[in-house]
Amino acid sequence: MTVDKELWAVRTPASARPITFDSDRCIGCNRCANICQVDVFIPNPEKGKPPVLMWPGECYYCGSCVMVCPRQGAITLNHPLMNRAKFVPSRRPEDDPVC
Amino acid sequence: MNNVYAWPYANEFGQRETVRSDVLVLGGGLAGCFAAIAAARKGRSVALVEKGATERSGSAGSGFDHWESACSNPCSRVTPKEIAEAYIEEQDEYSNGIAHYIECREGYDRLLDLEDFGGKIRDTEGLFRGAEFRDEKTGLLFAYDYTNRFTLRVWGTTFKPALYRELKRLGVRVFDRVEATCLATAGSGGEKRCTGAIGMNTRTGKLMVFEAAATVLAMSRPARIWLFNPDLVGLCEFRPTQSIGSGHAMGWRAGVEFTMMEKSVRGEFSAAGRSFPPYGTGNNHNTWYAATMVDARGVEIPYVDRDGRELKTVSERYRPAPGQKFFLKGGVIDEAKYPYRGPETLDYDELMRRGYKLPFYADLSRMPEMERRAIWGLMVGEEGKTRIPILENYTRRGFDPEKHMLQSYGTGWQSASFLGQERQLFGAPGGIMHDWDLKTNLDGLYAAGDQLFASDCCGFACATGYYAGRKAADSVGGAEREKVDPALIDREEARLYAPMLVRDGMNWRELNMAISKAMQNYCGEFKCDELLNEGLDLLNSYERDSVPLLCCDNPHELMRTHEVLDILEVARLILNACLLRKTSSAPLNFRRTDSDLTDPPQDRAFLTIRQENGKAVGGRKPLRYFGDIETEYIKRNEAYIAERDARYGSR
Repeated sequence: MTVDKELWAVRTPASARPITFDSDRCIGCNRCANICQVDVFIPNPEKGKPPVLMWPGECYYCGSCVMVCPRQGAITLNHPLMNRAKFVPSRRPEDDPVC
Repeated sequence: MNNVYAWPYANEFGQRETVRSDVLVLGGGLAGCFAAIAAARKGRSVALVEKGATERSGSAGSGFDHWESACSNPCSRVTPKEIAEAYIEEQDEYSNGIAHYIECREGYDRLLDLEDFGGKIRDTEGLFRGAEFRDEKTGLLFAYDYTNRFTLRVWGTTFKPALYRELKRLGVRVFDRVEATCLATAGSGGEKRCTGAIGMNTRTGKLMVFEAAATVLAMSRPARIWLFNPDLVGLCEFRPTQSIGSGHAMGWRAGVEFTMMEKSVRGEFSAAGRSFPPYGTGNNHNTWYAATMVDARGVEIPYVDRDGRELKTVSERYRPAPGQKFFLKGGVIDEAKYPYRGPETLDYDELMRRGYKLPFYADLSRMPEMERRAIWGLMVGEEGKTRIPILENYTRRGFDPEKHMLQSYGTGWQSASFLGQERQLFGAPGGIMHDWDLKTNLDGLYAAGDQLFASDCCGFACATGYYAGRKAADSVGGAEREKVDPALIDREEARLYAPMLVRDGMNWRELNMAISKAMQNYCGEFKCDELLNEGLDLLNSYERDSVPLLCCDNPHELMRTHEVLDILEVARLILNACLLRKTSSAPLNFRRTDSDLTDPPQDRAFLTIRQENGKAVGGRKPLRYFGDIETEYIKRNEAYIAERDARYGSR
């Protein structure tokens, strides 16, 4: 049983951008695409360019793609805006005149 | 921007490849890797099938931070039997005594294996020299109970690449990017046996047939049954996107027996909505135990022991109460029973009564340096999804654990408040029923890790994986490898490829959304026969009317589509399991509105379920069906014990 049709994929946008590339630093080695267990990337049709993040909504935010990257800063993981937990300078009760 | 791309991989739809091995392992996470290593060490030919890339795949692919119940490590002051029995008691006997004992008994052996393979399990550089959680002789680091020293802090980011190298070294044939979809069986009734599996390459569509004398199922627990977000699919659940319970689904189709599938808990993690990145908020559980917590004013929240005695020092948070031998903490321990309850921050309601102000924060700056660095840098850094997403990302955003405090959301480690109908298979959920060989009811089929009922942590996965692998390998001796039935291959090929032949049909996300909504409506916090039957009826109508409409354009989408078909299968398994339990059960988080009884003696049992000729068939096994865990283990593992003792010295 064969599937006699041309195979193609449409990049499926999501509300978040989990992974961004710095195309000046990326060497297009595709190690990130090959390590991703969710398989959210495809190799760029243009050799040497960063992979294409085809399915950003499927990203599991594990960071394995960043860990395997041989070029520091070529690939970056960012949480959706709503998931950026808040932090503030540590405070002691004596810092606060109300207490 | 051009959003349409020609498919970059070959079109191999219609091609078939047959792989023959003594032992077949389905799933390349921790359990699967160790199953393959055990079988290969026994000289068997092994094939391992993994949907992702084995080097980093599985729930712990990107790391894990602590290894529970390593009771045989040289510093431990507890025995494997003590801790395994404690878990059985703690879980009201709805516990996997066999697997827990294996974890307690053999877990440390697997850590030593990991060290041999190049993984890091001890502080060789002396980074924590002098810390009270460090053993100065061995360099081992401990978490939680510093007196009894049976949970280890480890460098889990190093483990999967090390395991992958070892698989290659041993000559295991690893099939990455292959989705196992169907267990092959022969015979019928009580004579049914597993002859291998069928699957599909997720990049090319090639059909893969695996023939083996013994098979180990080592895939994930189900997910996305109740929780689904079509936009941020990868954040719907705690475990990886593609870990959705395909092993359960294909096991159900093949007639494998399950238990505890009626158990589900109120959601704890879904960063697609109510919660935040795991381990990425201020809290004091699990990875973050025992962080100093403060309220909005910076007033410190007291820790108390099991008797309500307020603890004065950080050190005391890691010690049993006066008169207590040991305490339990970890992945599946929430509010432990009195005998096993460890130090904890004061109860939330009591804090409110005393005037503490929300929001709360974790403030590591107030902790001794060693404890701060153990939580932020070691635990947060080695735990899955923390090295880059938390440690690196938060540092880039300016977080400094010596200067900042990190906010908490909600009142617990789940860092969110879920609704009752938003459920997950968490906290030792249901899975495959098995015997002392981790063998299922089908001859030739074994199970390990998350595939087993009442599974929990990484040590559990590694220990049961290795055990199942060696038992599977031992069984091969006289077993003949059979051919997979060609008619089954044809049927599975037609089922797999069908969505590729539909045009202008339904996307897999629409079906997943409908299943999740149906499960929230018909299998939520409160159950009764009428609701459950309505739910089954609706899901059956999806199978009949909507599944034939599913369509996709490439092998990746076809993989996602079949994942949702597996979710549909598991949802029906869960509904059927719920129908079998007629009274409420507190340990199983199972509440019926059509029964006044909770845990009556006649229902305190493992209810089992399997499918035969399209019908659910119920059964039961007594709690503690596994007998005395130590005696039964020793009886069946004399060769392993001798081999182990020769290698590492006797205990």
